[in-house]
Amino acid sequence: MVKYQGVTGIHMTTLTDPPKETFRLSMLINDTRYRSLTFQAIAAIILALSFWYLLNNLFQNLAAAGLNISYSFFGESAGYDINQRLIEYDSQSSHGRAAVVGILNTLLVAFLACITATIFGVVAGVLRLSNNWLVSKLMAFYVEIFRNIPVLIWIIIIFTIMTAVLPAPRAFRGDEPAASMLFGSAAFTNRGVYIPGPWFSRPLFDVAVLNWLLVLAFLVGSFFGARALGRWATKVQEATGDRPVTWYFSLGIWLVPFLALMVIMGLSWEYPALKGFNFSGGIKIGGPLIALWFALSIYTGAFIAENVRAGIQAINKGQTEAAASLGLRPGRVMNLVVLPQALRVIIPPLISQYLNITKNSSLAIAVGYADITATLGGITLNQTGRAIECVLLLMLFYLTISLLISAFMNVYNSSIKLKER
Amino acid sequence: MKKTFVLGALTVAGLAAGAAQAATVDDVKARGKLNCGVSTGLVGFAAPDANGNWGGFDVEMCRAVAAAVLGDSNAVEFVPTTGKTRFTALASGEVDLLARNTTWTFSRDVDLKFTFVGVNYYDGQGFMVPAELGVSSAKDLDGATVCIQTGTTTELNLADFFRVNGISYEPVPIETNAEAQQQYLAGACDVYTTDASGLAATRATFENPGEHVVLPEIISKEPLGPLVRHGDDNWGDIVRWTLNALITAEELGVTSANVAEMSGGTNNPEINRMLGTEGNLGEQLGLEADWAMKVISAVGNYGESFEKNIGENTPIGLARGLNALWTEGGLIYTPPFR
Ligand SMILES: N[C@@H](CCC(=O)N[C@@H](CS)C(=O)NCC(=O)O)C(=O)O
Repeated sequence: MVKYQGVTGIHMTTLTDPPKETFRLSMLINDTRYRSLTFQAIAAIILALSFWYLLNNLFQNLAAAGLNISYSFFGESAGYDINQRLIEYDSQSSHGRAAVVGILNTLLVAFLACITATIFGVVAGVLRLSNNWLVSKLMAFYVEIFRNIPVLIWIIIIFTIMTAVLPAPRAFRGDEPAASMLFGSAAFTNRGVYIPGPWFSRPLFDVAVLNWLLVLAFLVGSFFGARALGRWATKVQEATGDRPVTWYFSLGIWLVPFLALMVIMGLSWEYPALKGFNFSGGIKIGGPLIALWFALSIYTGAFIAENVRAGIQAINKGQTEAAASLGLRPGRVMNLVVLPQALRVIIPPLISQYLNITKNSSLAIAVGYADITATLGGITLNQTGRAIECVLLLMLFYLTISLLISAFMNVYNSSIKLKER
Repeated sequence: MKKTFVLGALTVAGLAAGAAQAATVDDVKARGKLNCGVSTGLVGFAAPDANGNWGGFDVEMCRAVAAAVLGDSNAVEFVPTTGKTRFTALASGEVDLLARNTTWTFSRDVDLKFTFVGVNYYDGQGFMVPAELGVSSAKDLDGATVCIQTGTTTELNLADFFRVNGISYEPVPIETNAEAQQQYLAGACDVYTTDASGLAATRATFENPGEHVVLPEIISKEPLGPLVRHGDDNWGDIVRWTLNALITAEELGVTSANVAEMSGGTNNPEINRMLGTEGNLGEQLGLEADWAMKVISAVGNYGESFEKNIGENTPIGLARGLNALWTEGGLIYTPPFR
């Protein structure tokens, strides 16, 4: 329905101008070029209005009920204790600090579970394609059993089995205890696992964290050293065709500085021992953490296994055959040819599995693990009655973490993307 | 789980205002059922039997209110709530009344905006430990692992008690009494702490109750009672005077056995006023004249309900103690029906 205007005027040049058109309101509906924009604008306005209506309703009702959105409770003392604290905290600390303790616990279990879920997933996914009938059927069984039962059930099953099967600390007591420590140094109890903890008898710094940071710095240094060595080896290989053997040298770069540092600082081990009601000393990995960590990893691992299998199967069989005809052994075909290409298919769904782990970790309260949902969204919410405030913050937290994870993984994804030259 | 949580919170916000204005008693009558929040299962206080019928001391509070308002003590929808969910359930209007071992505290009254209509059990927080641990005082619990229900006054008292006494502990936060019991019996915690009445009720369900001792220390005051939302005083009055009728009936010797006879008229004017043969107290509450008669014939008086559910002849075996009538050296006392 475009209307051309007649050519007016005396200049011949106007004849070659594109025909001008006037804009009429009806074109918003009738003209296909505008129609979709019109409808989108209408939808956006309706959406904004309904949000405004909901929010307005919320605030009006809050005001009518004499409630107001206020975060002042954040500074008040929390009054409750938390059993797993990565930072200093006691019942006199503020609700805000309790929330931070919860955040750190959420991040800890999510981080651990992402790592182990990836390991389980990759192993199960690769083995599921194995030519060995038993192995591949076993892996298929694992995948189907674990991903088809809700994760909450897994968390509770694992926790219940742990508390029922493992001995209580008091079983380790007495002259002829019913339970004994593994190698005299690790205790598996129904409250958690106690293992020897490292400490330094000649620390270089008074603050314990600094010593560990120093260790970390050494490891990072070794990492770059080993990488430089690898680069050099590649260069030599490109120039001469022979790759120098470097593994013992690389091992040295990793071990020598590290061991030296350990000797200088006097690495010692503190063993857990039964004192009073509980074991003390060493490192305690609490039962709730173990149950949650294990359940999340084994459950999500089943999904990742499927992603990995899909990724590998997406690679054309010709690739494998071509690699084999070059004389590569099957292991190398997998590592050098198939997996690098498969990763491109695997990474995007892997991101959503990592997000799932982080979000599913909010089921922690089922086993009494003090994550952010249990502290801020549980006890704090309950004791202060500030439901809206706490839930808003929780939403904000999970949103931020999820966006950060996917941003990070997207960067990684684009770094391994097919580089077209 | 998270979703219902968010929705719950939004409902609190969305409904709080509406609920405060509408008359709860009209809602209950229109619905023909009282929605009553109880615990998820604490024998003697609120627990379903093998046939799914709820019974217990708190449950009878619900039944009494249903009898007063609807004339039928079975017209109750019992809503099981945990320590964590109970206040959201009440604030959002999901329940009309909460009768769940709930302690009357300043912040619940003032900040959470609930009205406690009275106290039906004077309690305090205690500790239970396996006898084999050989612990004789709560002060010996340094380093112990303690099971607690979250969202309760218990966890706050516990933190205070250990801090003040300069000893340490490890909390195991648990949502329901049933889970806490399981953890405690498996030895995942050394100590279970909650209201002393709750400890007695929990211990009564153990296979060998004798293997567990309740320590002598009572570390807090826990006045337990039914509560309603702020803002509907008429409804608050109905629940308050239902509780008062139960207590006054015991004081005046009105029982489920003799209430029918007494409602024919007695020579005690207070009994007559309460049972509706004199004056118009029922009408003032917006109820039938014989509301209190229905309450007492349905659940008996306070003492009867106590003895039947948690008294010394039940497995729970609680003595009246502080919960005896004021005339017998206890704290149970009501204003007069006048
Ligand atoms: N009175 C305390 C504690 C209430 C409480 O949680 N009581 C426990 C045991 S006495 C209970 O009723 N549990 C039943 C359930 O788990 O549903 C409060 O109001 O915060």
